[in-house]
Amino acid sequence: MPPVAAQTLYDKIWNMHLVTERVDGTGLLYIDRHLLHEVTSPQAFEGLKLAGRTPWRVDSNLATPDHNVPTVPEERVLGIAGIEDEVARIQVQTLDDNCAEFGIQQFDIRDQRQGIVHVVGPEQGATLPGMTIVCGDSHTSTHGAFAALAQGIGTSEVEHVLATQCLVQRKAANMRIVADGVLAEGVFAKDLVLTIIGQTGTAGGAGFTFEYVGEAVRVLSMEGRMTLCNMSIEAGARAGLVAVDETTLNYLKNLPFSPQGDDWEAAAEAWRGLVSDPNAVFDAEMRLDAAAVEPQVTWGTTPGLVTGISGEVPDPDSFADEATRETARRALAYMGLEPGTAMVDVPIDRAFIGSCTNARIEDLRVAAAVVRGRQVASTVTQALVVPGSGLVKAQAEAEGLAQTFVDAGFEWRAAGCSMCLAMNADRLEAGERCASTSNRNFEGRQGHGGRTHLVSPAMAAAAAIAGHFVDVRELL
Amino acid sequence: MKPFTTLVGTVVPLNLANVDTDQIIPKQFLKSIRRTGFGDNLFDAWRFLDEGDFHKTPNERELNHEFVLNHARYNGAAILLAGENFGCGSSREHAVWALEEYGIRCVIAPSFADIFFNNCFKNGVLPIVLDNVSIRKLFEEVEQREGYSLTVDLPAQQILKPDGVTLAFDIGAHAKHALINGLDDITLTLEDAAAIRAFEAAHRANHPWYFPQ
Repeated sequence: MPPVAAQTLYDKIWNMHLVTERVDGTGLLYIDRHLLHEVTSPQAFEGLKLAGRTPWRVDSNLATPDHNVPTVPEERVLGIAGIEDEVARIQVQTLDDNCAEFGIQQFDIRDQRQGIVHVVGPEQGATLPGMTIVCGDSHTSTHGAFAALAQGIGTSEVEHVLATQCLVQRKAANMRIVADGVLAEGVFAKDLVLTIIGQTGTAGGAGFTFEYVGEAVRVLSMEGRMTLCNMSIEAGARAGLVAVDETTLNYLKNLPFSPQGDDWEAAAEAWRGLVSDPNAVFDAEMRLDAAAVEPQVTWGTTPGLVTGISGEVPDPDSFADEATRETARRALAYMGLEPGTAMVDVPIDRAFIGSCTNARIEDLRVAAAVVRGRQVASTVTQALVVPGSGLVKAQAEAEGLAQTFVDAGFEWRAAGCSMCLAMNADRLEAGERCASTSNRNFEGRQGHGGRTHLVSPAMAAAAAIAGHFVDVRELL
Repeated sequence: MKPFTTLVGTVVPLNLANVDTDQIIPKQFLKSIRRTGFGDNLFDAWRFLDEGDFHKTPNERELNHEFVLNHARYNGAAILLAGENFGCGSSREHAVWALEEYGIRCVIAPSFADIFFNNCFKNGVLPIVLDNVSIRKLFEEVEQREGYSLTVDLPAQQILKPDGVTLAFDIGAHAKHALINGLDDITLTLEDAAAIRAFEAAHRANHPWYFPQ
């Protein structure tokens, strides 16, 4: 037998799922798991029905409403009827109807397992190593933390996957991101990934699948790895991966959708091979010293416009080329920031702890530890904590974290996407400034005219207490 | 899907990098369960001074006369000339639906975000990548000459400029075939149904844990 060339983790998963290759180099890739939510699926189901088709493999699909659901507890107990906005209500109802019609498993708005689709999949074990996973949502990259090839797709592709169980795609190139050393106390996966995006820029990862390696990644929890992979798309990479190790397997063992008993042993044995071969060749590499990373705060309107908490708002004229200078000028005008302002002197109006990036139990534990025994600053008009799923919510309540937040003056909400993209009623007013644990600081993302600064949960909690950005390490 | 063969159209220049899909179509319009009705809200937060929502009709809105799409000389534009990394961010296909419904059938940029790029092909919109020098020159020419239009010839894979200069562009054979013939991907993929079924059976045997028992 000829020797098999050394493969990257991405190569292995790709080859494991390649049904056929077309003459133009695109591949037909078999999809193991399809996650659905209410916003990007209705037109796909409609198309399927109009063509008289049915889902190729119903049991590969798992649905939950997340973008449009209210997070105010009094509204949530009413189920779909509690959605005040009629257009949004119809959309969530349509997901219900479509799942019922086709027999697709859904954690509906009243189900305790409901939540943000990228929190729900992993906590159920519906995300497994080596899988191909798609969802009509760009943050599907999250699931790459489990060595699954997970990618966001458009609605036409949602319909395509429903109808054919496949995705037509050109293989990406391999980029390895090596994080040497370990993150300092008070510095988290969010700070690491913001640092990476600060270096790659928002397009530096386009056409690549990332694999995150290095000591800093190996010691991260699964929650941290999910935060890291989640924001791969903000660097332009459609997917990010972390190789399987015992941390991965320990997390998945005994979850409801994970294989059980002898099946588990066989699966775990196979999954241990989901690592890049020692001599695998990457098309690009980026290396950074994780030990040198400090807590990060974005100052602009893309995630790549970021600095450390000890830094200041940059002077647009300090950038090398005119395009970047113009981008920075525009960003500062939108954000209402003056060059040279120390980040710790930037006051906030609201704080948001939530989203598929940072609404898992570990995120809430870290934030609660910062706020315990302290009070939200009087100048902060709202501090929100929105758990990533109903199960995270229950866990946080059982651990007393919810009470800690409430005692400190935070609002404790029900699970959903909430103010990450402000499709529901949780939103910024024009000109308001928010310390947010979400993933995008685009113009208007959290509300028309709203100003978003991306930070870790610890940093958002600290800013809520101080009323302005502050190095959370001073509060630990 | 509407076939795309040759397009002759006015060009509107949007000289910004990293235009994200949240700008192309803001979140409040994503609540619709339909594929249509997004054109009036394309670039909503830039095109209008007031905040848009589902219940406002276009004539109730306050136009932002500074935004390029509102300049009379670009009325009826069918080609959008854009900066690098166009369409980054959210996977929302609503961004392409909004562009298409507004009348944009072709976007020319130095680079695109991956998901947006793919979404274009599913909707009869042609995304064209050109080198930075050609793009810079196009921006200059569009701004200098009112009514500047281009002929985009997909079968020949070239753009014809008013001065007779042609610019070649790349496109995958499969995507080109589907666009020219207005074919939907699902029909094409289902031609491989037997191969998918055979793959699936082998995959299930090798990796039973990916299939519920």
